[in-house]
Amino acid sequence: MTSRIARPLLFKSPHLLGISDLSPLEIPALLDLADTYVDVNRGSDKRQPILTGLTQVNLFFEASTRTQSSFEIAGKRLGADVMNMAVSTSAISKGETVLDTAMTINAMHPDFLVVRHQSSGSVELLAQKVSCAVINAGDGQHEHPTQALLDALTIRRHFGKLQGLTVAICGDVLHSRVARSNIHLLGKMGVSVRVVAPSTLLPSGIANFGVEVFNDMKRGLDGADVVMMLRLQLERMSGAFVPSQREYYHFYGLTEEKLAYAKPGALVMHPGPMNRGLEIDSIVADGAQSVIREQVEMGVAVRMAVLDALSRHGHNRGPK
Amino acid sequence: MINRNSQKRRAWINAQIVAPAQGLSGKGGILVDDGWILAVGAQVTREMVGAGTEVTDCKGKLLIPGLIDMHVSTGEPGTEYRETLASASEAAAAGGVTTMIVMPNTQPVIDDAAIVDYILRRARDTALVRVAPMAAITKGLNGELMSEIGLVKSAGAVAVTDATKAVANANMFRRALMYARDFDMLVVQHVEEPTLSSGFMNSGEAASRLGLAGNSAMAEVIMLERDLRLVEMTGARYHAAQISCAQSVEVMRAAKARGLPVTCGVSINHLVLNENDIGAYRTFFKLSPPLRDENHRRALVAAMIDGTIDVIVSGHNPQSDDTKRLPFAEAAFGAIGLETMLSAALQLYHSENMPLERLVEAMSHVPASLLGLETGRLAAGAPADFVIVDPHLNWKVEAAKLCSRSKNTTFEDRTLEGRAFETVVAGNSVYNYAS
Repeated sequence: MTSRIARPLLFKSPHLLGISDLSPLEIPALLDLADTYVDVNRGSDKRQPILTGLTQVNLFFEASTRTQSSFEIAGKRLGADVMNMAVSTSAISKGETVLDTAMTINAMHPDFLVVRHQSSGSVELLAQKVSCAVINAGDGQHEHPTQALLDALTIRRHFGKLQGLTVAICGDVLHSRVARSNIHLLGKMGVSVRVVAPSTLLPSGIANFGVEVFNDMKRGLDGADVVMMLRLQLERMSGAFVPSQREYYHFYGLTEEKLAYAKPGALVMHPGPMNRGLEIDSIVADGAQSVIREQVEMGVAVRMAVLDALSRHGHNRGPK
Repeated sequence: MINRNSQKRRAWINAQIVAPAQGLSGKGGILVDDGWILAVGAQVTREMVGAGTEVTDCKGKLLIPGLIDMHVSTGEPGTEYRETLASASEAAAAGGVTTMIVMPNTQPVIDDAAIVDYILRRARDTALVRVAPMAAITKGLNGELMSEIGLVKSAGAVAVTDATKAVANANMFRRALMYARDFDMLVVQHVEEPTLSSGFMNSGEAASRLGLAGNSAMAEVIMLERDLRLVEMTGARYHAAQISCAQSVEVMRAAKARGLPVTCGVSINHLVLNENDIGAYRTFFKLSPPLRDENHRRALVAAMIDGTIDVIVSGHNPQSDDTKRLPFAEAAFGAIGLETMLSAALQLYHSENMPLERLVEAMSHVPASLLGLETGRLAAGAPADFVIVDPHLNWKVEAAKLCSRSKNTTFEDRTLEGRAFETVVAGNSVYNYAS
């Protein structure tokens, strides 16, 4: 335990609630640490038991496959005891509030609470009441910080830098916590960020986030280094936000033809799960420019880095 | 069928040109070749065109751009017994209308690129004049889910509208405006709050004496004011299809003064008729929006003169006996108007100090620019769509002689002063009163 405390702090906050809390100096430090875990994960012995004796609880109020398993693998490779709480089968379905559930778990002395919840701000609320480190694994339409970190890591490993690049974030920005976290992170790192979507899928005031707004995808992709697609839920494609799947595909689906407007060799990213043939063509998703599977790989490394960094704060905080 | 391969060079000379948007007025002529205008203005004379060109002497009649009627219903597809694109186009030609903008409330509804394409092909094959459809704002005109605004625009739809229904759901309409703005598509709204519009005519004394439920002008103003706030929020181009009351005029005037991208239209019926014309339950005068009282009518005429109202439409809505020969409350809304719009508009010129230029603009250049059409103007290089108008020719409206397949005209047996004498589409004469 003493060896953990002796390691240098990477960021100030005892929790990772959102990218907006991180400074432009803290982000590269986290990415540097994550880079070392990429090497660990590619080696034959993936165990790096720095979290031995610590307990990580994954508390997912909203269903997730990849994020939850990514956090689980990250914790296990670092030697933590990891428990997944399937909330749909637990006390919440019996009427317990989010805070009561969190307090109950807190009483069992976990060291990390990884939380996903459908309501914006819920993870922050929970962090105020528990005595362990809280990691936001996605809250409503607010933030998904580890996704933005893994996206940044993927981009940085390809270009060797972030500063000066142009990233086009395309699709359902309105409902996307991934988009918001990425806009914060990339903006802090000197990336010029564009959002590309029909106005019905853009949050109001988005231009004040320091992004350029495009409604026309070809213009939005023109000269971009990275094309980051967002998932659009099928039920939002039938007339409420956009008229139909085929119209969305026609004007906003990433096809080879539209991708040709971006810089040659531009990276294609997607946080998953993809709607093939809707927001992205299979040819593009599986093509040479796609780094979608690499994003998943970077996810484990970034989450190991975050768990490592938070463990350096010690773990016996009293509730505030 | 429009003959687009007319190689014949023709000229019309000795006309009185009224084309205010192009700055043309006074004596002159027009020279056309291969469906396009080669020259127009004072310089076009018999000497200028030379021998070998067929010349028509207009003998001082008016030469105006072909009219664009922004609000035409036909029954095609679905209820062809009421009207086809072909029969409507004959009525249009006889009335000086060279472009019909058809409404999407057909069966099936024009809410899909394939149906837009169908209309354009049927029009190309059967109609005497140009036809362009508006597509539905919402799928099936259900008011709930947006139609494929981008794809219908690509297919040739010139605007979106739910025709005779207002999009009542404010959130839906807000999103439709945002989405349409991305595609620079004009959104045309039937301004009538449905929960206040269950009546059959203008509410007030006349309705009460007839024992008919009325629709207040407020139903219109409330919807219009709501829409203008949503336009302010979204920046979309918005057009109120038909306003009918003095309050709407005030609201539009204020909105334009604030710089909103908004315009409005009025039906010719509302400019020349009022609720008293309903008389003893004459169902041909059952319109939506309803005819109002004389004060409202006068306010509309004044707003037309000062430019607050942008467009005049016929509101052409063919209905057969089975939907009109019914008790007033049960009868369908609507009247035909393609063939009488110009003549009725000329009554305003003859007796209500309406400048001819305003009438011409409101039925040609203004709708063309709202809808992005290349017609509606008299200029070299433009399509040769124009009308020779005899402003003083008296003619009696006889239902049996009207070209429309339905006969529900509000001008039956009235004598009107002035009418289209010759109508030319793409350089071809599609109507001539003399023959």
